[in-house]
Amino acid sequence: MSGGGITPSDRFEKAVKLTLADGQMRANLRHATTTIRRKRQRAQDEVPDWQELRDRAARMKDDAHARLPELLIQLEERVQDAGGRVHWARDAAEAREIVAAIAAGYGLNRVVKVKSMTTDEIELNDFLASRGIAAVETDLAELICQLAGDRPSHILVPAIHRNRREIQELFRRTLGADLPTDNPAELAEAARLHLRRTFLAAEMAVSGANFAVAETGTVAVVESEGNGRMCLTLPRVLATVMGVEKVFPLWSDVELMLRLLPRSSTAERMNPYTSFWTGVRPGDGPQEFHLILLDNGRSRVLADPSTRETLRCIRCSACLNVCPVYERAGGHAYGSVYPGPIGAILTPQLLGMEHGEANSLPGASSLCGACLEVCPVKIDIPRILVELRAKAGVKPAESAGLKAAAWAMASPRRFEAAIRWARRGRGLAPLLPGPLSGWLQGRDLPEMPARSFREEWRRSR
Amino acid sequence: MEAESVNPSRDAILARLREALEGSSPRPRQDEPGAWPTPDPVAEFAEKAAEYRARVWRGCQADAPARLAEVIGAGRAAVAPGLDTHLIPPGAEVRSRIRPVEAETYAAAVTGCRLAIAETGTIVLDHGPDQGTRSLTLLPDHHICLVRTDQIVAGVAEAVAALKGAGLQTWISGPSATSDIELIRVEGVHGPRRLDILILEPDA
Ligand code: SF4
Repeated sequence: MSGGGITPSDRFEKAVKLTLADGQMRANLRHATTTIRRKRQRAQDEVPDWQELRDRAARMKDDAHARLPELLIQLEERVQDAGGRVHWARDAAEAREIVAAIAAGYGLNRVVKVKSMTTDEIELNDFLASRGIAAVETDLAELICQLAGDRPSHILVPAIHRNRREIQELFRRTLGADLPTDNPAELAEAARLHLRRTFLAAEMAVSGANFAVAETGTVAVVESEGNGRMCLTLPRVLATVMGVEKVFPLWSDVELMLRLLPRSSTAERMNPYTSFWTGVRPGDGPQEFHLILLDNGRSRVLADPSTRETLRCIRCSACLNVCPVYERAGGHAYGSVYPGPIGAILTPQLLGMEHGEANSLPGASSLCGACLEVCPVKIDIPRILVELRAKAGVKPAESAGLKAAAWAMASPRRFEAAIRWARRGRGLAPLLPGPLSGWLQGRDLPEMPARSFREEWRRSR
Repeated sequence: MEAESVNPSRDAILARLREALEGSSPRPRQDEPGAWPTPDPVAEFAEKAAEYRARVWRGCQADAPARLAEVIGAGRAAVAPGLDTHLIPPGAEVRSRIRPVEAETYAAAVTGCRLAIAETGTIVLDHGPDQGTRSLTLLPDHHICLVRTDQIVAGVAEAVAALKGAGLQTWISGPSATSDIELIRVEGVHGPRRLDILILEPDA
């Protein structure tokens, strides 16, 4: 199944036992995250004003969130002025109904999709299928997941857990492709041929959006493969589902996103393609555009000023690639389309901290701080993790653990000492808060890295 | 505005957001765009575009038609209507769009651009007359883009400032690519698999 929603069915410490057993997945993941980490650092080092960019972006997002109602109304007006329609969805169910109704209004039984975490969050594909509408994923990785019946395991490289031999097998079996080798170029060609027919016949596309600008009503999709351009250009109807937190106040704010996102996510100076559109352009592209603004828990996240900055996230996935817990556990252990450090803070806040499975997620961290260092919008994930652990309601016995975590966090060196200590086989549990000690019991201690990421980090500078 | 709203979801979301923000006040923000320091934007653009495996050629306007004919080769080419007529090679067809049924008809599309960016090696289309509608530069497998040196800006910030008000934009950095299979960059998934950039110096 692809597009698995945000509701974990197990507590993290239980789910992780299963994923830790999958050695192939762990090997693929380790290779991938190591490669991206190295490249990302180079891409960042090339930009002299990188730290200022992060500060500016954090301020921009905070400003946007502080004025969210007014900016959304402005965005709505601009989109309508340009010939688009705006819908509002309180929750996933409402958003799904809106998309299905648009497709049904045209009697369509098939839509093409551009990868979008938001449509995965609302579990759109399964719902459309239940209404007799096939949603065809068009990103290579999403296609792989869809054909394999997998859930994506990484924000950016959803099939990061599959290697080329597995993909060759899959394409042979499901696409009937004649693939003598597992050369990635040939695999991509098989996908290209398969999807091109689909694009040319598509009448409606469903996309997410990386951001939208209130000042101009312009919406953007940032991508690599060109399937986004196909979906945004060829069909006559376009429906875009966007979380309300993604609105930017000003057109000039686009600079921040296009300088921070590609370097943080794919470690490129710029991604191959970015498309901007504003409502409808007569004679070019879809002649009907629907923008669906989704709340689905975001107003709940906004309500707590101490953790609200979670909403700054631009889904770059840099925090996943530096996270020692993510690298070992894999994306699936988080039970949500939002995995890794950002998932550990976003999923429980979206669902509410009383959620019995999701509230285990803030435990899925060693609080090493690497995520904060790379985050392009400076979300203080370690601090928020600690706050959320407290909110999840720790038993008296565990609050001593929380104090220990705060003590360790206050000094990275102290924390590294704790990690090194653990690596010698003494176990980390006594030093760490309750949920984490539970997590540690779910895995083998010998899997501690030879060197911690923070240590690596310092060495590589 | 809200009095006439008949949309309960809209009202509910706005009310929830306002409630969530109660007690916090917006902090006014002053933002200065970031400059990209470069001694030679044209050279930097050429170098970075080439690093993304676009094929880059630099020459004077007078030599452009010959070079164009060379990169087009034997295939059928569609040329955006707004291009300077002296640049249009003999045999090329003037088209502003390509329909899905014609997807395999044209081997190449020739267009201008709105601007290009040294910081990232990016070309930006705003789909004006010399660039055609979006389908023109999407369906043919080969995109040939003419960039005048005076269209090249240093940084992304300058580009964004210049593009304010352009409702439709396509930013292109190298040919279509994916890294979805073991993170190996593979050119050419759905967009044009070949990108030629011709940088035109002003005639001396
Ligand atoms: S939390 Fe920061 S680093 Fe992680 S995905 Fe979001 S923006 Fe990227």
